Amino acid sequence: MELLRFATGGSVDDGKSTLIGRLLYDSKQVFQDQLEAVQRTSVAHGDEYVNLALLTDGLRAEREQGITIDVAYRYFSTPRRRFIIADTPGHTQHTRNMVTGCSTADLVLLLIDARAGATEQTRRHAMIASLLGIRHLVLCVNKMDLVGYSQERFEEIRDEFIGFSERLQVYDLTCIPISALTGDNVVERSTEMAWYGGLSLLDHLESVVIASDRNLIDLRLPVQLVIRPISSEHHDFRGYAGNIASGVLQVGDEVVALPSGFSSHVTSIDGPDGPLKEAFPPESVVVRLSDDIDISRGDMLCRPNNRPNVGQDVSAMVCWMSERPLREGATFAIKHTTRWARARVRSLQYRLDVNALHQDVKAPELELNDIGRIHLRTTAPLFYDEYRDNRETGSFVLVDEQTNATVAAGMLRRPAG
Amino acid sequence: MAHRLSHLDTLAAEAIHIIREVVAEFERPSLLFSGGKDSAVLLHLATKACWPQRLPFPIVHVDTGHNFPEVIEYRDQQVAKLDVRLVVGSVQEDIDRGSIVEQPVPGATRNRLQTFTLLRVLEENRYDAVFGGGRRDEEKARAKERVFSLRDEFGQWDPRAQRPELWQLYNTRHRPGEHFRVFPLSNWTELDIWQYVDEQKLELPQIYFAHRRAVFRRSGMLLAVGPWTKPREGIESELAFETSVRYRTVGDMTCTAAVESTASTPAEIIMETAATRVSERGATRADDRFSDAAMEDRKREGYF
Repeated sequence: MELLRFATGGSVDDGKSTLIGRLLYDSKQVFQDQLEAVQRTSVAHGDEYVNLALLTDGLRAEREQGITIDVAYRYFSTPRRRFIIADTPGHTQHTRNMVTGCSTADLVLLLIDARAGATEQTRRHAMIASLLGIRHLVLCVNKMDLVGYSQERFEEIRDEFIGFSERLQVYDLTCIPISALTGDNVVERSTEMAWYGGLSLLDHLESVVIASDRNLIDLRLPVQLVIRPISSEHHDFRGYAGNIASGVLQVGDEVVALPSGFSSHVTSIDGPDGPLKEAFPPESVVVRLSDDIDISRGDMLCRPNNRPNVGQDVSAMVCWMSERPLREGATFAIKHTTRWARARVRSLQYRLDVNALHQDVKAPELELNDIGRIHLRTTAPLFYDEYRDNRETGSFVLVDEQTNATVAAGMLRRPAG
Repeated sequence: MAHRLSHLDTLAAEAIHIIREVVAEFERPSLLFSGGKDSAVLLHLATKACWPQRLPFPIVHVDTGHNFPEVIEYRDQQVAKLDVRLVVGSVQEDIDRGSIVEQPVPGATRNRLQTFTLLRVLEENRYDAVFGGGRRDEEKARAKERVFSLRDEFGQWDPRAQRPELWQLYNTRHRPGEHFRVFPLSNWTELDIWQYVDEQKLELPQIYFAHRRAVFRRSGMLLAVGPWTKPREGIESELAFETSVRYRTVGDMTCTAAVESTASTPAEIIMETAATRVSERGATRADDRFSDAAMEDRKREGYF
């Protein structure tokens, strides 16, 4: 069975929690005791109907304020697929959570209130999904019951959103009219919207093709750990452990280790359940080589004729996640693949105005939740690919060296020409 | 299918990646081992992550003194089989020393007391990363916890000050005195655990499988008749009877309830789990029933 990870986005009150509650409930993932707890709370609040949003609002502060504060992960499965949902909050001040949720997602589900249409937040989340390299976007026009299941209203919202998304990199956009509250087009096709000819949301989630999203071409194996057992049984064992970030590795392949540049041949690949002839992402492996070359954590194995970029001067889009603004000249710790280094912000190229998709080159700094383009100088070379081609070798985080807080999510661009 | 991992293999690869990050970036890791199925899967994955090396860190068991004997037996077997170092934190010893005070009720749960013992053991051994078998599908507060979850110098979790966790890039930086709880099984569900147990032919304590046992009902739960829990005299609804039961979670005998079941193999349990309508903790854990926020409150104090 295949695993599909998706993140949800949209504004406050667009009904995300209700939709997720509905998906869990209708796919029979909600247990009796959980539903009873929600029913009790709903009655105590004086709600008219069982508030399915309560199934997902986990922390006390959230229940008290009736909003979702943090990314919550939900799990459900159908006979066809196993799903992980990153349920991200809708308020502007927590946009960093959308970036977090998208960073591991295959697909993003955006909700729009059919009465309100797309808002600034909807467009912002679509932009973030595009920036984070999400290939599949599903636009759910929710609360169709409140607009009389109007085809005209749905098409108006859809067409407006398609117009906006043409300026983004969205490979696959699907629009579905739904009502999370009543369940129309969530699991079963709606009888109220006979004019809609597409799949229900769950049918779409079960069938969307994600296997071809992976990069099986450029072999990259960032070395996580060098395994050298101190025992007589494994006296000469020297293995390089890590996850295949991209590409396919086979026994017998010639590989090059970076940064040393020495090459060798793969003599064995061991996966979690024993020896393998070949390995592909995201498998965790231990690789042994025919030559005893100097390799340590943070190094990278690749093919001699297909190497990543190597550089200390890099250009990236970043989403800023700290209340202390990003300014030119500041220094941070950077984690990229399995490598830590330090990085200085050489320049802030521009701040992206998310609504107008306009580049503000005069911006003096990036504030919390801003997105912008920066140039960095790192203390050690990074072995990287453009984020668009390779999420694993194209992403990094910046960490404040005083507070240890994670302050930025970064996506590398091709080297400045 | 060509070049595709199954969902279980994907989850296992992710867990192994997390374990290796800890081995690479921390000085003094350890693994919390309760003898339950989640910690059994976690220990199994840890040995795979470090293969062919011996496990380069100890396992820690917080012994409440109210354990199922089958679980202690299983723990000792696993320690011998894998040749790992076991560190035991005894709640009874902390009670005897007067460090913690037990509620003066017969059969009172030691669930909350064990947080003290856990934090003492972590501090004494200066562990900077502690693996736990927690899963996000277990409970609403856990659903929001990071894979690498920072604890302050008092062992407390602050849900509002969590660091964003992006891609597979775990920020392991911390100050002296702080530590991380690391949850490699965050994205697993109860069903995934059983499927993995079945696929890998893992051994588990016998109490997970259907067996005959003397039990009684209290507040809708099925408790074993044992040294700490007995039917109260004169309460008709607590009449003891023998039936075929199994446990879905392993905790103290005082607060872990059984479910009626005849499932005696992982495959039969998978069938039952797929059809069940009551959550794992709701069915069997008195400790999570006190309030909607019971787990959140205990986690803030430093619980597992």
